[in-house]
Amino acid sequence: MEPKDENKEGIGGMINPRRYGIERVAYILMRLSGLGLLAYFIGHIYETSSILKGEVGWAEFLELTQTNEGHAVLAIVIGMCVFHTVNGIRVMLGHGGVGVGRPARPDYPYLPASQNSRHKMGIYSAIVLAAIAMLYGLAVMYGE
Amino acid sequence: MAQVSSVAEGKTTKSVTLRIARYNPKHDSKKQFMEFNLQYERWTTVLEAILDVKKHFDHSVAVRYSCRQATCGSCGMIINGKPRLACFTKISELESDVVTVEPMNNFPIIRDLAVKFERLFDTHHKIKPYLIRDDSEITSNEKEFLQSPEELENYIQFANCIKCGLCNSACPTMATDSSFIGPQALAQAYRYVADSRDKGKDSRLKIIDDSHGIWRCHFAGSCSQVCPKGVDPAMGIQFLRGYMLGFRS
Repeated sequence: MEPKDENKEGIGGMINPRRYGIERVAYILMRLSGLGLLAYFIGHIYETSSILKGEVGWAEFLELTQTNEGHAVLAIVIGMCVFHTVNGIRVMLGHGGVGVGRPARPDYPYLPASQNSRHKMGIYSAIVLAAIAMLYGLAVMYGE
Repeated sequence: MAQVSSVAEGKTTKSVTLRIARYNPKHDSKKQFMEFNLQYERWTTVLEAILDVKKHFDHSVAVRYSCRQATCGSCGMIINGKPRLACFTKISELESDVVTVEPMNNFPIIRDLAVKFERLFDTHHKIKPYLIRDDSEITSNEKEFLQSPEELENYIQFANCIKCGLCNSACPTMATDSSFIGPQALAQAYRYVADSRDKGKDSRLKIIDDSHGIWRCHFAGSCSQVCPKGVDPAMGIQFLRGYMLGFRS
């Protein structure tokens, strides 16, 4: 069967954050931060390998991180790391069945118990903690 | 693109523009939208509006429906961007002057708003949606398998599934993975695993323990948000994963 015939939403539909609330936003941020951290990990290996060029090569590469652009990238990395960690703990607990509610006969308007306030608080906490960590990181990098 | 005005009789309160996606995979390269201006009442459903179009303007619009009361699960479609049952969605609750209806995502299109359900039924059948036991209620001395009200509460919510496919249409994994078993089948796997009368837990867990099985669910929860019967597939899937990880027995 051709992919077109399957009528799949594709990546565009997968990353559309507007339709399904904060849980879907967290899902997208989790994917993006995971890919971002993977890219940083590869870049980090490349960065540390510059030590093979000697002290001068190492110092030259480190200078790249001391620019405004370098600080911005590192601040984003800090944010991704904190969000991925905190939200990852929330998701892992959910995967174990923790905090997703209990099965019960549903009543109209059928609000899903698994999308409860505890998990929403977990998502908002992850976003706020990531923002605080980014601000703290920027303060340290700019020496204030 | 066609534009037609309503001539429907009867007292009406408001008007709405109904945009219907038209697409025939046999000869169309992409979806086209036809627009119809309709009068509607506070209680008019999207399905009634579509049937009004079929009756008065264009009988060739393809739509699947049956019970008109959110029981058969036939009229699932994308309404203003979200998967919903057309018979269970009132135009007035959409709070929009334009209502756009499209076929459900992640299902092959037959024509216009009608989609193929073969894959959903295949995955549903794959997880063995029936009680698995060596004995039978017909031949057993006890005549029926007894179950306490508490044991019933463990799964009765998940027995409300009407196989409408809205959860599969909203799922972000289904949007990219053609082989993913999907939230509908996974929730039904939990329904039978959690049933105290069933003895087929191990065989079902083996079926969903696949690279395109339960591990592809990342708890986005969109399936639960669109379910018109309150089944909450995301909850069932997480509990099911608890069985696989040894948190439940």
